[in-house]
Amino acid sequence: MKLSKEEVEHVARLARLAVSEEEKEAFSRQLSEILTYIGKLNELDTSKVQPTSHVLDLSNVLRDDVIRESLSTIDVLANAPDRVSDFFRVPKIIEERE
Amino acid sequence: MPTQTTTPTQYEMVVGLEVHAQLKTASKIFCGCSTKFGAAPNTQTCPICLGMPGVLPVLNRRVLEMAVKTGLALHCQISPYSRFSRKNYFYPDLPKGYQISQYELPLCEHGYLEVALPAGQAGVNGQIKRIGIHRAHMEEDAGKNLHEGLEAASHVDLNRAGVPLLEIVSEPDIRSVDEAVAYLKTLRDILVYLDVCDGNMEEGSLRCEPNLSLRPVGQKEFGTRVELKNINSFRFVQKAMEYELRRQEKVLREGGRIVQETRLWNTEKEITVVMRGKEEAHDYRYFPEPDLVPLIIPQELIEEVRKTLPELPDSKRERFVREYGIPVYDAEVLTTSKDLAHYFEACVEVYPQPKTVSNWIMTELLRELKNSGQEIADGPIPPDRLAGLLKMIDNGTISGKIAKTVFEEMYRTGRPPEEIVKERGLVQISDEGAIETLIDEVLQAHPDERESYRQGKSQLLGFFVGQVMKRSQGKANPGKVNELLKRKLGET
Repeated sequence: MKLSKEEVEHVARLARLAVSEEEKEAFSRQLSEILTYIGKLNELDTSKVQPTSHVLDLSNVLRDDVIRESLSTIDVLANAPDRVSDFFRVPKIIEERE
Repeated sequence: MPTQTTTPTQYEMVVGLEVHAQLKTASKIFCGCSTKFGAAPNTQTCPICLGMPGVLPVLNRRVLEMAVKTGLALHCQISPYSRFSRKNYFYPDLPKGYQISQYELPLCEHGYLEVALPAGQAGVNGQIKRIGIHRAHMEEDAGKNLHEGLEAASHVDLNRAGVPLLEIVSEPDIRSVDEAVAYLKTLRDILVYLDVCDGNMEEGSLRCEPNLSLRPVGQKEFGTRVELKNINSFRFVQKAMEYELRRQEKVLREGGRIVQETRLWNTEKEITVVMRGKEEAHDYRYFPEPDLVPLIIPQELIEEVRKTLPELPDSKRERFVREYGIPVYDAEVLTTSKDLAHYFEACVEVYPQPKTVSNWIMTELLRELKNSGQEIADGPIPPDRLAGLLKMIDNGTISGKIAKTVFEEMYRTGRPPEEIVKERGLVQISDEGAIETLIDEVLQAHPDERESYRQGKSQLLGFFVGQVMKRSQGKANPGKVNELLKRKLGET
């Protein structure tokens, strides 16, 4: 299975990763190899197997609707790269385009 | 041979609505943080809703119960097997880098909602239209971004991150702005009836995103659709859709093409503008959420929840039409809220003339409530008092016209009608002698009109009635006035 350079660029963009030209070539080759390897699984007939979304044989794990104490804002913001009063501060989000 | 006509193409609007309803739980969907609105920023967060590594979300039982309940009320099939998925995208208000939502196995599917269209629409009074519900699924909300004036940064408050939502997606069955508004109002009424959502659009507990496209009338295929966001009131739903309808129609008439995009409603300018940076956002790479186990909903549980459903607006509406013989439109208005429906029934119990009660509620009471910004539950006029007032009209104590004045005073002062009528001397004059005296006075004051009437200008009767009523300060019994006037004028 071949992953094109364009596909690598697309995936990198979705993951917000900056990759150089050489890396694109390298990732394209490496990811293709991984996909080919994983692709072996396609040789199995799974038409009669239920898809698994969870490895544990568990369902309906629920909690009661009870309020528990939240963190202090000191802790909440302790790892924030930037803040203003008790808000996280991020580069301005401009949602509109003229 | 048919001649070539140049009628411009008529366009038809095709709309589907995505509604996000905040479920009325005490704690968030996957953690124990409070969902209370209006708290100080970032005070209702914990490692789970902040997306710290190594934490595990656990589903809130109430969320599941409310979602099943709503699904049943919307006539949906409740999936026996359901699970959560990750919707992956980056945004500053989404700490984990993904939203836990449902994708290929939603909890509720294939339902419908019946909507009563207001009188005068499509020339039909109170027509009922069925709008399909494509799906309804549980998910978590994102945080809130604030953009303060000129500062070159945005501020993020994550209190809302992890608040439980039910996303309800309609089929593209809606064909007009009025239908969309009616659908949204009906849906809100149901959510409020079920007590699963407070329905407050301004506070964001109910959000609506219309998907809107146009197609030439008669065409089967849908046109390219545009998604509208940032609408936070019923009025803006209407305005934003009307604007978008005009915009798309203009583009198409000028031979242009509609681009599939998300547009934001701008409240100040009252226009929609393209949302930035979402070009690639639709590649969400959903995959099953490994941190949450699947849900298996046994049929017994569904039946148990079904038993707890209250009488919903649509069945209440049908019952009102059947039991009380009132028009569909009246029934629709009266069942918009539980309290109003209850008020109507309490009134009719004491004064069993449903249509009269309905008229008074829909015109007088709803107007006063609107003007004073009150709710029926605030109890400005108890139902037995309205019934008492209506009885006073029936037994001739007061005229219908005076009754309206009394009603306004009852609303303002909270006093019973009997007291107001007595104290202000508003009792209707039905005594023939008293009315005759008034008539004599009027006839004496208007000899010319009387002469004209005698010569055949019979339409002057109304003038005389008016004069007599005026002299009686509205208290004379109009039927009696009419009858006695005719007799008197006939004598001369």
